[in-house]
Amino acid sequence: MTGGPAHRTIVVLVEDKAGVLARVADLFARRGYNIVSLAVAPTNDTRFSRITIVVDIESAPLDQIVKQLFKLINVVEIAELAPADAVERELLIATVEAPKESRNQVVEIVDIFEGKILAVSADRLTVSLDGRPSKLDDFEVLLGDYSIVDLQRSGRIALPKIGREVPRLRAVG
Amino acid sequence: MNGGQALLKSLEIEGVEVIFGYPGGAILPVYDPIIDSNIRHVLVRHEQGAGHMAEGYAHATGKPGVCMVTSGPAATNIVTPLADAYLDSVPMVCITGQVALAAIGTDAFQECDTTGITRSITKHNVLVTRAEDIPAAVKEAFHIATTGRPGPVLIDIPKNIVDLNNPDAYFDFTYPDDVDLPGYNPTITPDPAAIEAAVALMSAAERPVLYVGGGVLKARGAEVLRRLAESANIPVVTTLMARGAFPDSHELCLGMPGMHGNYTAVTAIQRCDLLLAMGSRFDDRVTGKVGAFAPDAKVIHVDIDPAEHGKVRRPEVSIVGDCRVVMEAVLDRIEVVGGTSTFADHTDWRQQLSGWQEKYPLTYEPAAPGEYLKPQFALEKLRDACPADTIVASGVGQHQMWASQYWTFDHPYTWLNSGGLGTMGFSIPAAIGAKAAFPDRMVWAVDGDGCFQMTAQELITAAVEKIPIKVALLNNAYLGMVRQWQELFYDERYSQVHFGHELPDYVKWAESMGCVAFRVEDPDEVEVTIAKANEVNDRPVVVEFRCHSEENVYPMVPAGGSNDDIIVHPSQRDEEASS
Repeated sequence: MTGGPAHRTIVVLVEDKAGVLARVADLFARRGYNIVSLAVAPTNDTRFSRITIVVDIESAPLDQIVKQLFKLINVVEIAELAPADAVERELLIATVEAPKESRNQVVEIVDIFEGKILAVSADRLTVSLDGRPSKLDDFEVLLGDYSIVDLQRSGRIALPKIGREVPRLRAVG
Repeated sequence: MNGGQALLKSLEIEGVEVIFGYPGGAILPVYDPIIDSNIRHVLVRHEQGAGHMAEGYAHATGKPGVCMVTSGPAATNIVTPLADAYLDSVPMVCITGQVALAAIGTDAFQECDTTGITRSITKHNVLVTRAEDIPAAVKEAFHIATTGRPGPVLIDIPKNIVDLNNPDAYFDFTYPDDVDLPGYNPTITPDPAAIEAAVALMSAAERPVLYVGGGVLKARGAEVLRRLAESANIPVVTTLMARGAFPDSHELCLGMPGMHGNYTAVTAIQRCDLLLAMGSRFDDRVTGKVGAFAPDAKVIHVDIDPAEHGKVRRPEVSIVGDCRVVMEAVLDRIEVVGGTSTFADHTDWRQQLSGWQEKYPLTYEPAAPGEYLKPQFALEKLRDACPADTIVASGVGQHQMWASQYWTFDHPYTWLNSGGLGTMGFSIPAAIGAKAAFPDRMVWAVDGDGCFQMTAQELITAAVEKIPIKVALLNNAYLGMVRQWQELFYDERYSQVHFGHELPDYVKWAESMGCVAFRVEDPDEVEVTIAKANEVNDRPVVVEFRCHSEENVYPMVPAGGSNDDIIVHPSQRDEEASS
């Protein structure tokens, strides 16, 4: 989910208008670009929403993806966030098998990662963890030893680090 | 004011002269105020016709074409012209009716997701949800359609917001002065550093070519293109979308490149050391195999759409901006560096090009006695009998290539065709759109028998609305281009391509639609029949030229092949082998 070198994070500021997410999703589908993850939510300015997209640049060069996105009338600004310049967060929730014999071990992993236990039944636990996407990757691997019933990640959201210059990608050039 | 009246009023404010349209359930309330409007409405016979007429109007005038249809099947019928306009960057505003807001999503009668269906084939589209938003939606649609890289914009209007009986559909009309589009700001003026880099490359180039595309016409840049080509002594090729952007009769004009381009235009690109791509997009029909395209060339790419830069070929110099503004900036820069006297000499290059032109002109064998007409012959005679400012609209296929090859385009905006989408049936409605804009100009549609059968019913529109276009129907009894491919690449196994010369009877059909009609089979009758057709000014005319079935379009670069593997006319091949 956090990806290797072929994955890049772009943050797309869009006008909060009907169908704008469909326009972005359609563009990726039509041009054959792969989305690794996508998160969308309103911003502090009610006119705009922010879409954080992790894209697979093996499917298309990043600059083509950015330029095509800029052609959408409702796209206002696009920034690429390199991991070093960004604060990135993601949320993971998972339900895992945790019968008596292994429950303590699962709880221990959740504690080590400073996660939370959201729900308990006789033989299952629903747990959550938020943090850097790479931390969630590690958590997911360790939970994998205990038979995951269901797992959902939110897709990453990101902002530039304070004081760090982030390349505001322009449609020109 | 009611929403429907507001829509018409907004269109009037935008300077719309004519709407090509077709009424129906959801758009009914808008058709009532049309009775009282100054805007002419042309009632078409199929919604696809309305779209292509709007395109033809836009191609010929540079102004946005406007079409209006109802919801559901009418909207889906106009999908093809929208896709066509999107691929050829034609400014167009399409208004569709929609079921009432409360019914959207319920699978109501004649409901379809028009904005969803057309999202990827419009520059922008919008579903308007309140009557008072109509003026701003129209203002934005015209702004988006006509600025930057032009394209079609669709406005979907639910019936309830134009309903005469809905009190919420009434509001105090005001038309906005500005658009509120924070994400839309096309780059018009180029980066001066890129202009300097471009002129530096131009001054050093020994074998430059101007590869001119439709963007030059969209930018109204024909005049400055001529100044640039002449001042820098650079030969020009004009793509299928740019025929007429540079005069064919000019000594620097090499004509059309591409799959059916002439030998010199194709080979000039292959051998050039500098390719100045001006409003062209390296379409596969021009490049052939991309890896083998213009192998020795440095590329300067000028285009208003940033996404075209590096999409197919990475340029050495990328200039985002309006072609006309860019060419003016280039000319200014040339002035600054002391004119073109220090530019590399192009004499050898020009001589090489003239040599190719002499050796490999466009050619065809005249018809043998008793044979049907050669289509090239019919087009040559038509060309010679028409005024220089005649507007020619073409369908798609062999006749389109012959029209582009054999017509002499000396004026911009005289050639209308479907280049990107390749829409059969384009020519008749497009010609009607152009003739509606220029009633005093001669407008010929060059059509094939396949294309004619797709949109011929719009000749009824032409007759009823008194838009007297002329149609040159090159009837070769086949879907000729497909037949040609089956001959050359499918072992002459002809599958589903034969139409026959006789059925339908095109003359009777045309006459039944209110046209004057002629049939010509004898080469000696071609000129006199064209003269008769050109004298008819009160009704549409159809001239059926009975053409030879087995004529192929040459030269030809096989699909996916390198431009170096261009196949010239059979009569020129021995000569090629011995050279």
